[in-house]
Amino acid sequence: MSIDISQFLDTFYEESFEGLDTMETELLGLNPGEADAESINTIFRAAHSIKGGSGTFGLMNVADFTHVLETLLDEMRDGRRDVTQPAVDLMLASVDVLREMLTALRNSEEVDSVRVSEVHDQLEALLKGEAASAEDDIVEGAVGDEEENAAGNSTAGWNIGFKPLSHLFKTGNDPVRIIKELSELGSIKASIDLSVMPEFDLLDPEECCLAWQIELGGDATEEQVRDVFAWVDEDCELVIEAIVSGAAEEPEEVSIEPEVIPTPEVVAEEPIVNTEPASASASASASASASASAPVSVAAETAEAKPSAAPAKKPTSSATKKGSAAESGSIRVGIDKVDALINMVGELVITQSMLNQLGEDFTMDRVQKLQEGLSELERHTRELQENVMQIRMLPISFSFNRFPRLVHDLSSKLNKKIELKMSGENTELDKTVMEKIGDPLVHLVRNSLDHGIESPEERVAKGKPEIGILHLNAYHQGGNIVIEINDDGAGLNSDRILQKAIEKGIVGENDSLSDEKIHELIFAPGFSTAEVVSDVSGRGVGMDVVKRNIRDLGGVVEVKSKKDVGSTFTIRLPLTLAILDGQLVRLGDETYIVPLVSIIESLQIKAENVNSIAGGAELYKLREEYLPIIRLHEVFEITPVNSELVNGLLVVVEGDGQQAGIFVDDLLGQQQVVIKSLETNYKKVEGLSGATILGDGTVALILDVAGLVTLSRERVKALKSQAAVA
Amino acid sequence: MPTILAVDDSASMRQMVTFTLKGAGFTVIDAVDGVDALAKAKTAKVDLVLTDVNMPRMDGISLIKELRALPNFKFTPILMLTTESGTGKKTEGKSAGATGWIVKPFNPDQLLATIKKVLG
Repeated sequence: MSIDISQFLDTFYEESFEGLDTMETELLGLNPGEADAESINTIFRAAHSIKGGSGTFGLMNVADFTHVLETLLDEMRDGRRDVTQPAVDLMLASVDVLREMLTALRNSEEVDSVRVSEVHDQLEALLKGEAASAEDDIVEGAVGDEEENAAGNSTAGWNIGFKPLSHLFKTGNDPVRIIKELSELGSIKASIDLSVMPEFDLLDPEECCLAWQIELGGDATEEQVRDVFAWVDEDCELVIEAIVSGAAEEPEEVSIEPEVIPTPEVVAEEPIVNTEPASASASASASASASASAPVSVAAETAEAKPSAAPAKKPTSSATKKGSAAESGSIRVGIDKVDALINMVGELVITQSMLNQLGEDFTMDRVQKLQEGLSELERHTRELQENVMQIRMLPISFSFNRFPRLVHDLSSKLNKKIELKMSGENTELDKTVMEKIGDPLVHLVRNSLDHGIESPEERVAKGKPEIGILHLNAYHQGGNIVIEINDDGAGLNSDRILQKAIEKGIVGENDSLSDEKIHELIFAPGFSTAEVVSDVSGRGVGMDVVKRNIRDLGGVVEVKSKKDVGSTFTIRLPLTLAILDGQLVRLGDETYIVPLVSIIESLQIKAENVNSIAGGAELYKLREEYLPIIRLHEVFEITPVNSELVNGLLVVVEGDGQQAGIFVDDLLGQQQVVIKSLETNYKKVEGLSGATILGDGTVALILDVAGLVTLSRERVKALKSQAAVA
Repeated sequence: MPTILAVDDSASMRQMVTFTLKGAGFTVIDAVDGVDALAKAKTAKVDLVLTDVNMPRMDGISLIKELRALPNFKFTPILMLTTESGTGKKTEGKSAGATGWIVKPFNPDQLLATIKKVLG
């Protein structure tokens, strides 16, 4: 029987990546010199599993690489080797290499063999360098000996004295099985030695009190014979002597008296075995004994033999069919979530059959029952929806987990002392959102490390503790997840930002801006205060890209900063990209959807509060604030029912931290809508974030409030400057 | 068909072993570590145990000791799955009461051959 083991590879990759994450986390937590034994053990176990799995699944280069790492860890675990910082760093590098190797294998890409062998060599050097383990030499020696034996000994046969110790049965071993296995190596003649058998009334059926003298014919090697006894090596007295051709010693044959049966099963079955080996079974026995074998040399042999069989061709053959599918990956879902789903589906089925029954002979007097049924259906559908959304929810720790390493690496690179604090790691959010927020988060964290937190000297000079603190925090607020990146560094330099912004023409020379407004400028396109582009904060990608990425996710980012106290970047994201609470608004014949989270209030327009400014733009005065009015019908070029402001409604919205009023014909209901991407189905449209299908089957477009607000602000600005020129 | 208790903390190994054994007609109970295995062993009739050595919570060696102390597992064959080519873990396992071992990496055919040999 041959089994295609490549089908288990996905699971293997998944658990290996998890194992590598664990290794990384634990390695980062290690204190060289006083390493925690449990941590070392955890790291060892992860490496060990990866090695075992990769060997089994035919990824021999991964297995070879992990083997060296594992040996190193094993020595540390046994206290034979000190845990030093260079060793920890090298192991961290090994984790990276393994991650790269596995990623490349999964995606059927080329493994960077130069880097692999580089780190591999470093590991070997470390292993050989200090505490060059004498054990390796011994093992090698042993292998050599056995090979010699195996090669040298090919005789006419073997005389085997096999005397199990009394506890043999308690190891689950059965002498009969062993003799049977032996019979596959050649012809055997076995006789039972009953001399060790006690008196019948002293006989303990749980103890083995028989011994065998076996004569094995054929050309089996001593190693093959020893392999058969490998499992019981220490549970028996074993004498193996070569039969010199022609001088075969006749063993004493002992007749067996049926009455004296110590363990009925054993003796009844096998008084004297005398079998001719079938030629077919010879090969079978070889493989059987190989798999069961103890000695080092055989283990090595199996390791070599295996990859050349089925698994070796797997990476290439499965490569083509996996290809693109590889990245789509899978998610692990807790069994409780799945159970909840099954439960809900059960409820739905019940409701459905109830409604079915009702429909069969419906009369008007049962209308109340129908309504009850329908509301139950609605409730179950909603719960089902919530439960399904739950499946995609993952704790944000998946995203946070990369930061300890990042902070560790960067702080040594920047010569800064930084402590990373994390809280709210269990806050859940949608997997897609998580994947997309990863890069912006990394950028913000790098930014805080690079520009925020000062060097130790600078901090001491300012009277701050030497060690800077970077705090990552996540929590739920309403239908949003909030992620905060806080540092106790230098804070944003308002003067420099303003100066830069004026230089770049982002703000006018005479504009007076509050500190808050100045801080927001760092998100403006084309703004970068870093005089020297360091490779830490990356080049080319500015904060504007971070902001745009977050906005594309329907979220916002803002910054609060105080000089020499620190900065906090706050990201607010919807929990999911799939569903949205929306306010339906009417505009002409069309229905649009305004995300409920962006609506502050809706009001009837009073003519006296409308101010027209130069160029035709309009502002609405609301409690001493002037909001630009966005005439949606103008933006989307449709015919409204009326264009008189007083006949319509103003929906006050906030996007990107700025408010505006959207002028619409009427407000309709509120409902949850399933978001369909415009980009995937059509193309990106300015001012729209997506579309949805309403209950009556019509398509409604969802407004991109932040985009609209920016659009209108720009328009007002353009009109103002036009007017100024005129 | 005999029932086999397969214990491994690695999901891929567990899948592979379970799939192989089920394919050969065995009934398989799987467990993620020693603690899980011990709990399952107490409520099921098991003809053979196949256990990994390095596992969190309770490792294979401790599991073997615990199992051997149960009346039902006095003579049950218990095989260790081990990557250690050295003798350390094997000796430890043997003195805990293991029947034998299968050296990782192994392929499904080798696994079946060994199990069939042990179960006769």
